[in-house]
Amino acid sequence: MSRTRVVVTGLGTTSPLGGDVASTWEGLLAGRSGVRPLGDMADGLPVTIGATAAVDPAEVLDRVVARRLDRSSQFALIAALEAWADSGLEAARESGALDGDRFGVAFASGIGGVHTLLSNHSVLLEKGPRRVSPIAVPMLMANAPAATISLKLGARGPVNTPVSACASGNEAVSLAADQIRLGRVDVAIAGGTEAAIHPLPIAAFANMMALSKNDGDPTKVSRPFDTGRDGFVLGEGAGALVLESLEHAQARGARIYAEVLGTGITADAHDIAQPDPAGRGGARAIRAAVKDADVSPGDIAHVNAHATSTPQGDVAESLMLHAVLGSAADDLVVSATKSMTGHLLGGAGALEAVATVLAIHHRTAPPTINLDEQDPRVELDVATKPRDLPLGDIAAINNSFGFGGANVAVVFGSPS
Amino acid sequence: MSTEEIRAALAEIVNEVAGIPADSVQLDKSFSDDLDVDSLSMVEVVVEAEEKFGVTIPDDEVKNLKTVGDAVAYIERNRAA
Repeated sequence: MSRTRVVVTGLGTTSPLGGDVASTWEGLLAGRSGVRPLGDMADGLPVTIGATAAVDPAEVLDRVVARRLDRSSQFALIAALEAWADSGLEAARESGALDGDRFGVAFASGIGGVHTLLSNHSVLLEKGPRRVSPIAVPMLMANAPAATISLKLGARGPVNTPVSACASGNEAVSLAADQIRLGRVDVAIAGGTEAAIHPLPIAAFANMMALSKNDGDPTKVSRPFDTGRDGFVLGEGAGALVLESLEHAQARGARIYAEVLGTGITADAHDIAQPDPAGRGGARAIRAAVKDADVSPGDIAHVNAHATSTPQGDVAESLMLHAVLGSAADDLVVSATKSMTGHLLGGAGALEAVATVLAIHHRTAPPTINLDEQDPRVELDVATKPRDLPLGDIAAINNSFGFGGANVAVVFGSPS
Repeated sequence: MSTEEIRAALAEIVNEVAGIPADSVQLDKSFSDDLDVDSLSMVEVVVEAEEKFGVTIPDDEVKNLKTVGDAVAYIERNRAA
């Protein structure tokens, strides 16, 4: 029996570059930075910049809906609803043609509802336990974003929340694709979200020396693959994809952006925070994804790199690609979109999945900004301007790596 | 505060928490059946009301506050005490 094929039929995001897919993609192609000063909120902190959402989610949602959701769930709901509208499935849902039992959600967050947790902790200290919100738990729990989407759209199949730090969003895409391949659902919303631009996470990430301490022009601080990189810039927002079995998509004449060809998930078992300097775990994830996709290295035209702008991680990623793809790694076009969006943690892999799918769809790899002097240890063709991708059948890899040693690679292909 | 002032202030809280138009929060209305205030939202309303009116509304008492009028009467009885 042939394997169930999985395709992408809807895209959504709210990001540091824009409140939807069109504005975010336009920002990526224009090489615009979403990194800005954080203002009063960052007074006294070792890092005072971040890639804040371009559009405040609380201004987009109905007031009563917004007050019951952590900022991370607000982002998730906005991105999911855009992807859902984009997929054209709403009519099928309304008419009952889409069976809610065959509709799932895999939506990740790296940290969960940290704003809600910390604001309620402040209330506890200042006003006492009686004033702690009775909806604090459903707001801050890790699966709140996934559950919010399930409730809104009536998804009654598996509703999951994979958590693997900065690989979470990409793992959600992989998990949702698996649910469709296993025949458990026909349709799934996959994605990831994060809203961790708050003094406590900033202090914590800064103290572990993960964040850049560069206090120059904020738009120049996130510089993946550049010799001047010294850490990542925290970002926030969400990305969402509607995944569907090919059969289901074709039966309703859906527009297909790309196909999920293969996925690979591994762990380093090396260190809780540092990547394996040789990139062995990441290489195994990429190798597994390429094998699962049944493509040859030469088919891979584009990689959306994890490339967070840390000294070790960016070099390790170059090593991984060469270890798996051999000389074909010289010929593909690499984009490091975190140079513009900052690092969305649990949302990163999802936003970058959206970018990878759009790169295939538009046959254009987005640029990497701030690459003034490429680290000689990074032996990759990194796009610094929008670059055309070949016509015909192509594949692209989205890489994500997370604390805890998590590695996730997903191979997307052009529709065929 | 008069009964009407308490009702109006409570209506503002119900509007803030649950988005119910304040002018529909009348004394004869049931929180759950007429106004669609779910149980967790009711707890939010109670906690806000405690602060606003300087009263304590124990959890055991909340289930007796079926209508807006029940809540207003409870607040009137306990405010001065």
